[in-house]
Amino acid sequence: MNLLTEPWPWYIGGPAIAVVLMLLLFTEKRFGMSSNLKTLCTIAGAGKKISFFNVDWRQHKWNLMVGLGAVVGGSIAATYMSDGTVGAIHQDVVVELNEMGVYGAGEAYMPVAFFGNEAFTNPKTLGLLALGGFLIGFGTRYAGGCTSGHAISGLSNLQLPSLIAVIGFFIGGLLMNHILLPNLL
Amino acid sequence: MKRLSIYFLIGILFGIIMIKSEAASWFRIYEMFQFKSFHMFGIIGAAVTLGVITTQAIKQLKLRSFFGKEIKIDSKANLIKAPLFGGIIFGLGWALAGACPGPIYVLIGAGYFPILVVLFFAILGTYCYGWLKPRLPH
Repeated sequence: MNLLTEPWPWYIGGPAIAVVLMLLLFTEKRFGMSSNLKTLCTIAGAGKKISFFNVDWRQHKWNLMVGLGAVVGGSIAATYMSDGTVGAIHQDVVVELNEMGVYGAGEAYMPVAFFGNEAFTNPKTLGLLALGGFLIGFGTRYAGGCTSGHAISGLSNLQLPSLIAVIGFFIGGLLMNHILLPNLL
Repeated sequence: MKRLSIYFLIGILFGIIMIKSEAASWFRIYEMFQFKSFHMFGIIGAAVTLGVITTQAIKQLKLRSFFGKEIKIDSKANLIKAPLFGGIIFGLGWALAGACPGPIYVLIGAGYFPILVVLFFAILGTYCYGWLKPRLPH
């Protein structure tokens, strides 16, 4: 197994995420990526009208730097650390997605129809991406965190609200995946 | 400035991990919600298991940060409705767009530019939450 160019198995990826959590704890911060969405609202001037956003965004500069680093890290990994292979996706999932018109499972990292540049000229795809984004942004702030803030940081701190949030993530996710998505695609 | 560059480096590491572990893959998220693969559950389970050990060790042993201060870990507000309702709304978006807030940044770097649409509307969604917050059950 070549860790530099091949996809990582879960037992490398999971502990590696824990290392990120540790590094942030030992540099006096909490792992939580969704806070950046609020900070970006504040920078855009949302604090003038809505008190929720009337905070000192400079306090959150560190997290914007994590976000900026994530962009660079994503670029490095996709450009220099990939041999173009992806991990195997379960055959049932591949068949099911193909039937719904979503191609590339087990062959590409992302479905081209949604995340290739052709998506920009498809109104339906743009609508789905917009809807997904809106639900992510609204829900994560309402819940007080996302996968990193609640599922990783929060559960690690044995917080009940984080457990409730993660249960919520799966209720919403299963509803979308099994009932709504087949009708939306 | 020196400290900000540390966070930038942590971000780079995070970005690489998200791509290499395929936690930023739409297909992997879809497969997870179909319960057809252990991959995502293994990632989250391993991260949380090690996270619990680290977090509890920091609290019990009163460990100090790299900068010499005692590490304080505040708990999130003790709410029930907000994490449940907000969590469900987030889950709907997560399963649709296949990305949570961290991977959104990572995927921009990886060149999947339609994710910018997701980012823009995620910011808009956060704005709408802030606007409606006083009228929502928490």
